Amino acid sequence: MSRPLAFVNVRLLDPVSGYDGPGAVIVADGVIAEVVKGADPGALSPDVEVIDGAGALLLPGLVDIRVKTGEPGSETKETLKSAALAAAAGGVTTMVVQPDTNPVIDDPSVVDFILRRTRDIGLVKVYPAGAATKGCQGERMAEIGLMAEAGCVYITDADRPIVNSKVLQRVMAYAKAFDVLVAHRPADPWLSAGAAATSGEFASRMGLPSVPPVAETIMLERDLALAELTGARLLVDQVTTAGALEALKRGRAKGLPAVATTSINHLSFNEIDIGDYRTFCKLDPPLRSEDDRQAVIEAVASGLIPIVVSGHAPAPPEDKRLPYDEAAPGAVGLETLLPALLAFHHEGRIPLMTLLRTVTCAPADLLGLPQGRLAKGAPADLVLCNLNTPIVIDADKLTSKSKNSPFDGRRLQGKVLMTVADGRVIYRA
Amino acid sequence: MSAAPPGLNEVLQRTFSFPKRHFLSVTDLNEVEVTNLLDLADGFVALNRQTSKKLDLLKGRTLMNLFFENSTRTQSSFELAGKRLGADVVNMSPRSSSIAKGETLIDTAVTLNAMQPDLLVVRHASSGAASLLSQKVSCSVVNAGDGQHEHPTQALLDALSMRRAFGRIAGLKVAICGDILHSRVARSNISLLQMLGAEVRLVGPPTLMPSQASRWNVAIHHDMRQGVAGADVVMMLRLQLERMDGVMAPSQREYFRFYGLDREKLAHASPEVRVMHPGPMNRGVEIDSEVADDLAVSLIQDQVEMGVAARMAVLTSLAARLENER
Repeated sequence: MSRPLAFVNVRLLDPVSGYDGPGAVIVADGVIAEVVKGADPGALSPDVEVIDGAGALLLPGLVDIRVKTGEPGSETKETLKSAALAAAAGGVTTMVVQPDTNPVIDDPSVVDFILRRTRDIGLVKVYPAGAATKGCQGERMAEIGLMAEAGCVYITDADRPIVNSKVLQRVMAYAKAFDVLVAHRPADPWLSAGAAATSGEFASRMGLPSVPPVAETIMLERDLALAELTGARLLVDQVTTAGALEALKRGRAKGLPAVATTSINHLSFNEIDIGDYRTFCKLDPPLRSEDDRQAVIEAVASGLIPIVVSGHAPAPPEDKRLPYDEAAPGAVGLETLLPALLAFHHEGRIPLMTLLRTVTCAPADLLGLPQGRLAKGAPADLVLCNLNTPIVIDADKLTSKSKNSPFDGRRLQGKVLMTVADGRVIYRA
Repeated sequence: MSAAPPGLNEVLQRTFSFPKRHFLSVTDLNEVEVTNLLDLADGFVALNRQTSKKLDLLKGRTLMNLFFENSTRTQSSFELAGKRLGADVVNMSPRSSSIAKGETLIDTAVTLNAMQPDLLVVRHASSGAASLLSQKVSCSVVNAGDGQHEHPTQALLDALSMRRAFGRIAGLKVAICGDILHSRVARSNISLLQMLGAEVRLVGPPTLMPSQASRWNVAIHHDMRQGVAGADVVMMLRLQLERMDGVMAPSQREYFRFYGLDREKLAHASPEVRVMHPGPMNRGVEIDSEVADDLAVSLIQDQVEMGVAARMAVLTSLAARLENER
């Protein structure tokens, strides 16, 4: 094991206890050995490597539960290693990869492949999400129990909604028996078919095929009803519209075990950002109106949406440098997640601790993971970052193999100085 | 407009300093530029009616027609416009060439750009394709229709036809009827006509109306008789017949009954009404032959003639800018 580390002269932010103040964290054997609250770290053993944070923030490493790489199958987009390096640069120390790879993660051997590759790479923690149905085809149930046993943390068909309600009912009922979390994308497939934008004045003017925002509400209402029927735990994969938030609120009020995420992109951009057909802003779900964006920001502030994901989806130039309706959807986001999120603190919209919870303890708790907190015994996954440093995102300089970032050129505040995973420094600015 | 047809020198005096490198969208233009283009096009109409039509304004220039979607009408209009101005014109049909083999739009554009064309006329099935292409080439790009977005030279020729028929555009009541949702012609015309002071109404079934089109400062009518009431111009749009088979409308005959233009519906318009259609027409579906062929009301043949002149005006203006650049 490497030498113990002591982070001193830092501002601790612990999303679980809510502590925000001076302190120190001592790390040994890959876990947090001690959290000292207050300016004086006390006497440190001489074999400890002391890292003086000079007043920077020390946070738990970020937990991003919706990430795509290209591995296996499309390694030109992104490999598990290039994604792990991008994650490290962005302060993300845990990521959950989506199953819609080639082959699809729909059997335990592919789950095992991801976990072995992750061990070999030795950077951040990577957990696979398993497919809910074989091949993510929405027809026949995948080996949910075996995949859970092998280490998948939830099941999902990723971007593809399970159209057949009977299939989803069975998936939920079966998953419930294994206490497996079921994630589902709320999008009516017929309304969404062929859409490249959200219906409204902008899409009409630009002549883009579009989906009305109610497509999200319609599918979410069905999913909530099935969750109620089966008792399964539901992870609502990205709520992006005001209408769906109303449905979610009603479901939550009934006590349904449904937890929703949203993506940093839908918090940060609206449909107008598409501008002159900027394909980096082509996302799935598509960017929404400003009213929807504001509603989503409110929902994160109020806790109705407790989890924010990067939605990291690498796409190389050959998939993006195309006419808008032909271009692949998706944006990389691992490296920009933290500064983009901090924008809401700097704007005074969402308290810092609330923002932090959405990418640390809230997703970790949902998946039953011990990380995402500054607590004795927790994995030593840490981010040292400067809250106020101004940065300009330059997509070409991102670590990710694909550079499709809608944040390209955007001015943000907040810079990752160091990332630590299991007590080892994996990134230094 | 002068009474006597203008000669070449008079037309040349109408050329003006066009500030844009490309001709992609009506929304890029302002009223002065549009008026100048219409004046110039008016001059070309007169020249095109002479026996000797050949000019040398684009002598030495190469114009490439790059049509990813088939269009005999627009392509030959651009071809004639280029040839009458003295340019060398090449027609590329990517359907039968490398595009079909998986080459991307941008790779094709870069390849063609290396052949040093001066003007690239592009039609593509995707909205924004012309704009994308213009970012990757060093020549001027003319949008000859991009998906459901814009068809700016069509709007220009329509405005020219209207201005010649009525002597003005400001104050005209124009009813655009039919498949507004999928129509780039409608989008370009709405912008251009509003810029020139016309009152625009949209007429069609709700299934063929774009979402939130009411925010375009237009009146929307689902009843065609109300929609064309008092209109000076009824502009019909082309329908894709496969959309009329229970998809966007229940059937062709039902569509014609409620939204096809016939004498009876046209009687609700102004007594001086003129009918337009960008072509090609589906007779008996969106327009009755009796109306389409009535030269007293139909501007449809004029539109085709104005097309060549309007495109000559656009090409001349873009080439004049190239002159200053190279």
